[in-house]
Order: sequence, then structure tokens, then C-alpha cells
Amino acid sequence: MEKWYLMTVVVLVGLTVRWTVSLNSYSGAGKPPMFGDYEAQRHWQEVTFNLPVTQWYFNTSNNNLQYWGLDYPPLTAYHSLLCAYVAKLINPDWIALHTSRGYESHTHKLFMRTTVFVADLLIYIPAVILYCCCLKETSTNGKIANALCILLYPGLILIDYGHFQYNSVSLGFALWGVLGVSHDWDLLGSLAFCLAINYKQMELYHSLPFFCFLLGKCFKKGLKGKGFVLLIKIVCTVVASFILCWLPFFAEREQILQVLRRLFPVDRGLFEDKVANIWCSFNVFLKIKDILPRHIQVIMSFCFTFLSLLPACIKLTFQPSPKAFKFTLVSCALSFFLFSFQVHEKSILLVSLPICLILNEIPFISTWFLLVSTFSMLPLLLKDGLLLPSVVTMMAFSIACATSFSIFEKISEEELQLKCFSTSVRKYLPHVTFLPRIIQHLFLFSVIVMVLLTLITVTLDPPQKLPDLFSVLICFISCLHFLFFLVYFNIIIMWDLRNGRNQKKIN
Amino acid sequence: MAAPGTGTDGGNWFSALALGVTFLKCLLIPTYHSTDFEVHRNWLAITHSLPVSQWYYEATSEWTLDYPPFFAWFEYILSHVAKYFDREMLNVHNLNYSSSRTLLFQRSSVILTDALFVYAVHECCKWIDGKKASKELTEKPKFILSVLLLWNFGLLIVDHIHFQYNGFLFGLMLLSIARLFQKRHLEGAFLFAVLLHFKHIYLYVAPAYGIYLLRSYCFTANKPDGSIRWNSFSFIRVISLGLIVFLVSALSLGPFLALNQLPQVFSRLFPFKRGLCHAYWAPNFWALYNALDKVLSVIGLQLKLLDPNKIPKSSMTSGLVQQFQHTVLPSVTPLATLICTLIAILPSVFCLWFKPQGPRGFLRCLILCALSSFMFGWHVHEKAILLAILPMSLLSVGKAGDASIFLILTTTGHYSLFPLLFTAPELPIKILLMLLFTIYSISSLKTLFRKEKPLFNWMENFYLLGLGPLEVCCEFIFPFTSWKLKYPFMPLLLTSVYCAVGITYAWFKLYVSVLTDLPVLKTKKQ
Repeated sequence: MEKWYLMTVVVLVGLTVRWTVSLNSYSGAGKPPMFGDYEAQRHWQEVTFNLPVTQWYFNTSNNNLQYWGLDYPPLTAYHSLLCAYVAKLINPDWIALHTSRGYESHTHKLFMRTTVFVADLLIYIPAVILYCCCLKETSTNGKIANALCILLYPGLILIDYGHFQYNSVSLGFALWGVLGVSHDWDLLGSLAFCLAINYKQMELYHSLPFFCFLLGKCFKKGLKGKGFVLLIKIVCTVVASFILCWLPFFAEREQILQVLRRLFPVDRGLFEDKVANIWCSFNVFLKIKDILPRHIQVIMSFCFTFLSLLPACIKLTFQPSPKAFKFTLVSCALSFFLFSFQVHEKSILLVSLPICLILNEIPFISTWFLLVSTFSMLPLLLKDGLLLPSVVTMMAFSIACATSFSIFEKISEEELQLKCFSTSVRKYLPHVTFLPRIIQHLFLFSVIVMVLLTLITVTLDPPQKLPDLFSVLICFISCLHFLFFLVYFNIIIMWDLRNGRNQKKIN
Repeated sequence: MAAPGTGTDGGNWFSALALGVTFLKCLLIPTYHSTDFEVHRNWLAITHSLPVSQWYYEATSEWTLDYPPFFAWFEYILSHVAKYFDREMLNVHNLNYSSSRTLLFQRSSVILTDALFVYAVHECCKWIDGKKASKELTEKPKFILSVLLLWNFGLLIVDHIHFQYNGFLFGLMLLSIARLFQKRHLEGAFLFAVLLHFKHIYLYVAPAYGIYLLRSYCFTANKPDGSIRWNSFSFIRVISLGLIVFLVSALSLGPFLALNQLPQVFSRLFPFKRGLCHAYWAPNFWALYNALDKVLSVIGLQLKLLDPNKIPKSSMTSGLVQQFQHTVLPSVTPLATLICTLIAILPSVFCLWFKPQGPRGFLRCLILCALSSFMFGWHVHEKAILLAILPMSLLSVGKAGDASIFLILTTTGHYSLFPLLFTAPELPIKILLMLLFTIYSISSLKTLFRKEKPLFNWMENFYLLGLGPLEVCCEFIFPFTSWKLKYPFMPLLLTSVYCAVGITYAWFKLYVSVLTDLPVLKTKKQ
């Protein structure tokens, strides 16, 4: 690439922003007895380092599962172990069994932040760069601008470097998976995606599109010939990578069952805290969480999720293409987020990742979505004391997107990829020509609402009777947005991806 | 702040660049800040709670007011906004007070006053004509210049991490330069006079202004050979210039003259009690001189030419103290530095007088003045290098030769600012920002001048690449060696001497280019 230096500069900007955000507070800073996700990650280092593998997921006298017990798949545990070895070199107090509980210091914060930074630098960022470099029909400047916008996406930065998590690892592996699968390195792609699932079980949100896309590819090649061979190869890769990841737990059957129980805690309820999904929003009107029995809730959420992602998945299986794959990733992840059981507010990042990938195709809607997704996590971010970095990174991100893609000029039917849909609508209702204008007005309205709600939340105290009023409002409004986006993306998948000639040029 | 962008053709990118760096500055709010933060808080308190007559006498805090009156008034105005944030910071006795609201206020005051800098950069970019304008936006001189100025590494870390108000002051300077380029001489002179009464360090470049205005503004015509035509002297112009300078000075110093406090004000502004070099040697000629003295004394001891008992205690082990005592070479007095500085400035000033080159010649002279003062001045701060780097950015996009000098000067100058930030959380920031700026400046200028000869020869390449290992040694290896206790100041000394070599080289090269390139440049111009 002739402009490697601009790409380097863009990456450095992304890294600088990441590190400056990391200077801020983290979740549960100075809040005993439970602290927050930061302490959870530190605690996992302590547990994995001091206890034998067989005890990691079990409640023992040395491992109180009520206190941030390990509830992520084995790869996370291995990562914690690796970090713990480094921590041991620097200061053994950080991971001393029992006594290190709730350990906080400036040096330790620096260490923890560095682990996130290193993981991000090794896994997520190279994937983003490679993805942008491989974009087709895009000028060099377009690729660089695209990389800038993806790297500046505030949601991921704020959660990883502010709140404290390692989402960049799982999302990075998923992105490697997307890269591999869309460029016909199917085995590498499936391997990367298996690693992603084994790092964080939430990656299952992305698993159906991967499955359907790969299956579709096999169908396309003919199930009786090459397709079958490919299928076998993929199955072997997946099984082998899973076995590798779970090797230490194969000693006993009880081990595997316990890990699975930890990974899918059905008894934790339909949703937690305030999530911008259907169930939480619906809960405002009707307390379904308390009225319905647990197993009905599970079945209900399963049915809704399944129904909402079915059309896109079927379509992808029969017409597999990298573009359709990306859109299906979006719609499936969004369906899971909106309807599935036990969703966290941070899970919206799983939807944001595929949205980042279509940033250059539908810049207007993608930017809008990415802003809303960050906004939906505002209650969490405010709780962590991240108001300033949130506001600043969101504004910086909007400026970056607005300048790179001139989003406000890309709102014609063609550019919103609604051409086919509106043509078919016009067959019945010839006067429907105002879709883009409506979307534009909706955008303005939504931005105003988001800004106002942010201002109100920050400045006003909620009424005493309704202490959660503002956070519920934020979730409710974000949920409405997400429903709209779900409909929109399903329309695109059903109508516009019918044929490949709608590929439009960027810049 | 979006306003400046709308003026230029497709000026979206300018506002994006300006806003982008503004957001970065906002993200830097929680970073480490130096004692300068307390200095400015104290000044806010002094100007807010005391009458004007006591401003330059107040000494509760060790950080007394030592900037000219305009800056004091600036703090006075700020303090009236500050009271809405946190009244406690305006108490003179509230030493080292830094509540989160105080921090927010002070940091945002720097960020907001930088608007003037942004505007000045916008004005400067106007006269960078697009002769070489390529179709690519990222290869236009205007674009490159805006990035070099707006995203300047030194300004970012000195103002927004270390904490100072250089942004709007450099804004004033760049604006006055831009006005001179636009032939609005009186406005330029006015802005510079105002600037001098904000911060007197800009006296370093005053000779360039004085000579240029006298030569190219007060004399309205030249003889055909370019020499001066004495009868073209315009009295009206001189008087209007003088009047402007006089009025500005009267406004600034008048009240203190009336109070009969001028000697006190000046004693605060020019404290000659400090040592030749700052605690950390600024990378200038004296750093080399001190280092040479060290080397000679060590050699002398080895060869038994010196008596160990006669050597003052401040040898390598006790490190760099304020009052550095030379063992072999003669000690340096303030007067000696003044003479050296004047001698160093003279040729460039002569050049400006006898062979005026228009605004570009003025700019060169200004940079040489700034650099020469930096090289030979008394008690120079490493931050003063910005005084040369920022104007040099304007030259760098014009000619390949200037670009190469600029890159050496900027890279070494910026690296020499590293010791300002010594805390661990800021280490990645300074390295990332430095890489960001250095990679961008070198690559973009190389792209701009790709058709001409390479910007660096092998020696310069080698020197610049050496900065990497130097950083690794100083901040990653040295702290883990046993030398850390024995020679704690070793990294500072190495950094200072290494950078001094580069800056001296750049200064020398710029001087040579100014003194030799003249005729060539002249024929080009005509």
C-alpha cells in the first residue's frame, strides 16, 4: 500500500485514544465489598494461578463462586493464567490467594490496563487493519478512513479501557473469523471463530451466520463432491479446536457439565440490570420477569430469537456471499440481543462489530447505529465515572465518520440500499418516495433525544419514587432504535441483496 | 471552533483536524500535570483576590507572578469564570489546591483559549499557495501544514499534559506572522507588541520583527540591486509603528509606572539569580559545553593532570545541580551568554537588513533568532525550542532543504521534551504521540518532496534512528540496572547531549542555508 504511513498514523491515533481513556476510572473502583469487572478479572488471575485446573469452575473453600466465580470459557481462564504469571513477576501480592481480594493500586491499574492494551494490539487491531486493506472497490484514502472510524468506535474503547473487559480479544478473534471465511480461507476462519467462542460464550450470537455461510458454501460446491470434503474439513477443524481448548476438562464428565453450567446460568433470570432489549423494555409495562415461570421465559425468548433470525439465515444458506454474510451477522446478533435470554448491556458490542464492517457500505445508518449503541450503555458508563471520555469519544467518532464518509450526503435510496425495497413498495403504493427523507428526520430527532437525555441524566436527580427513571428511559429509547434497525437490516437482506449488481462504489 | 473551516475550499477537513485535536486534548484532561498547574492556580488566586498594586509583591507561594501584566490580566479575567467552578482555588493561601473542578476548569481554559491558535493556523494556511497542489488532499501543502501545526507534539504535551498556556500565545505569534505576510504590517506589529506583554520570552525574536518592520515597512522602496534607498524613508509609518508599540506598552506597564512599581515588575520578569542551565539541561550549546567539561575533567583525573581534591563536589555522582561548577573550562556568566547570543543573532539580522527577502526572509531570521537564543541563552528551558519549531513548520512545506532542517530540528527538539513527562501512565502517551507526529511529519514531507533529492543523508538518518535506542536505554533498560542508584541523572544527561548535537546541527545548517542560498533564492523570486 502506497500510503502505509497514513495507516500507521491512524493506528497510532486509535492507540493514543485507547490509552488516554484508560487513565480514567474503572468499574467498581474503590467500592467494596463486590467491586466490579476489574476485580473480577483480577480475581480470575488469582484463582487460575493458585488453584489446579480441576477447581477453577467449582465452588471450594478456596474458590467462592459467589464472589466473581469464573463464568467464561476456558480460553479466558488461560488468558488470566498468562496474565497472572506476568503479575507474579512484577508483584506477587496482586494475585496472592485470598489476601489479594479487592487489591487496588496505581501500579496495578497500570498493569491491568497494559494487559488489555497488549491483547488489543495483538488481536483486534491487526484484524481491523487487514480487513480495511482487503476492502474491495475502495480507494486507499477510503480504506484508511474506514480503519480510523472502526478503531475509534467508542463503545468498545469505553468498555475495554474504561469499564474494564477483554472484549477486543473475543471480537478480534471473531473478526479474524469473518476475514478468513469471506476470503475463502475457511479453515483458518473457523479456527479463529472457535477461539472466539471459547474465549467468550456470547460469541454464539455470531455462530449461526458462520454456520449458515459455511454450509451455504458447501452446498454451492455440491454436497456430493468438493462441498462434502470442505464440510468434513471444517467439522474436523471445529472439533479439533474445541477439544484443544477444553483438553484439561476432559478428565471427568462432571468437569465439563460444571463448566457448561457456569457458562449458561439459566437461573440468573431473563435479563440483568437495565438492558436495551425487548424484555427489559416490556418489563416497564408488565413485570414478565416475575409473572412467568422461569422455563416459560426461556422457551419464549428462544422462540422469539429463533423466529426473528430465521429468514436471514435461510437466505444466507441458499445465497451465500461475503456481503450477505456481514449483513446476516448484524441481523442475527441484533436478534439475539433483543430477544434472547440473559442479555447484558455490553452484549451490544457483538452487534457493533459487524456494523463496523459495513460502515463503508451504509455509512449513514452504521454511524447512527454505533452512536445509539454507545448511548445505550450510558447508565453503565456513568456508574463507572466515564462521562467525560464517553462524551468526547462519541463526538470524536461522529466527526470522524462525518468527515470520512460525508454521511449526510449519502442518504439517497440507493445509498441506503433501499432501492429494491422502495421499488417493490411503489408497485402497490406509488406515492412512497419519501423514505430517505423520513430516515433523515428520524436521525435528527434521535440525535436530539439522545443529547437531551444525556444532559438530563447528568444534571438532574431522578424523582425519589423512580430512582431508575432515566436509565430505564435510555434503555427504552435505545430499544426502539434497535427494533427499527432490526427491521431495516432485514429489509435490506430480503430485498436488496437479491443480486450482486447493487454493489455500489465508495468514493 | 468550526468557523475557521468554512472559509477555505472544501474546508471540512480543517475543522475536522481542529476538532479532532481538541477532542484529544479533552481526553488528556486526567493526565499528570506539573507544578506549572499550581503556578497558574496561584496566579488566578493572586489576581482575583488582591489589588493590582500587590500583584507583583505577593509572595505567599514560591510561584510568584513572573509574567508581564497582560498575562496577569488574562488570569484576572479567567478567575471571574473560575469562581463559578470552585471558589476555593481563588484563595491565595490554598496552596497546592487541585480539586477535580479546579482541574477541569484549568484544563478547559487551555483548550478553549487554543481557539486563537486554531484561527491563526487557519490564517497561516491561507498564504501557503497551492503551487504544487496535488489533487490528493493529504498531499496538499496546506493540509500538511495544518497537521504539523495543529497536532504539534510539543504543544500538546507542554500545554495539555505538563500544563501551560502556550497555545494561544503561539496563536498570537503565528497570527502576527500571517498578518505580515498579508502586508498588514501595523496589525502584525500590534499583535506582536501585545504578545510581548503576555510573555516576555518572545523578546528572543523581537530583533527580527524590529529590523524587518524598519527595513521593509518604513523604507518604502529599494534600489534596483536590492540595497536600501535611504530617501524612501516614511516618517508616517515609523510614527504609526512607534505609536502602536508605545500605546500597547503604556496600557500594560502604565499602571505599574503610576504605582512606581516598575523596578519590582522587572525584577520579577528577569530573575538572573538562576543558574546557567535548568535542572535538566536544555539541549543547547551549554549542554555540550558542560559535557565537554565533564569529559575533560574525567580525562584529566585519569592522566593525573588534575588534583582530585580541588575538583568541586558536583561531579557525575551528584548529578546536575542548579549551579553547575566547571572544573576545566572557564565558568560562564550571564553577560557572556548575552554576548554569545547577540553575536549569534547578528549575522541573520544583518542578512535581513542588507538583503531583504520579503516575509520569507523575515521568517528565516525570526527562526534563527529563536534558535540562536535557545542555543546560547541563560537558563533556557527545553520548552523554548517550540519557539523555533512552530514557525519553522511554515517554512518546511515550501522547500525541500527547509523541510530536512525542520525534520531534524523537530524530531530532536520534541524528543528533548521527553523528560518533562516522567510518570509511568504518561509514558505510552508520549511515545505514541511522538511516533504519531514524527512518522507523519517525515513521511508526509517526503511525499511532498518526493521528486527532489532525498531529505536526509546517511548521517542524518543514522542520527535520527539513534533516538529510538536512546529512548529504550534511558527509560526501559537503565532503570533496571545498578547504575540507577549510582548515576541517577545519566539518562537526562545522555538525552540532553544527544539532542544538543542534533539541534546544533540544525541551527548550523539553517544558518548556512540562509547565508549561502540567498542569490539563488533571489533569482527564483524575481
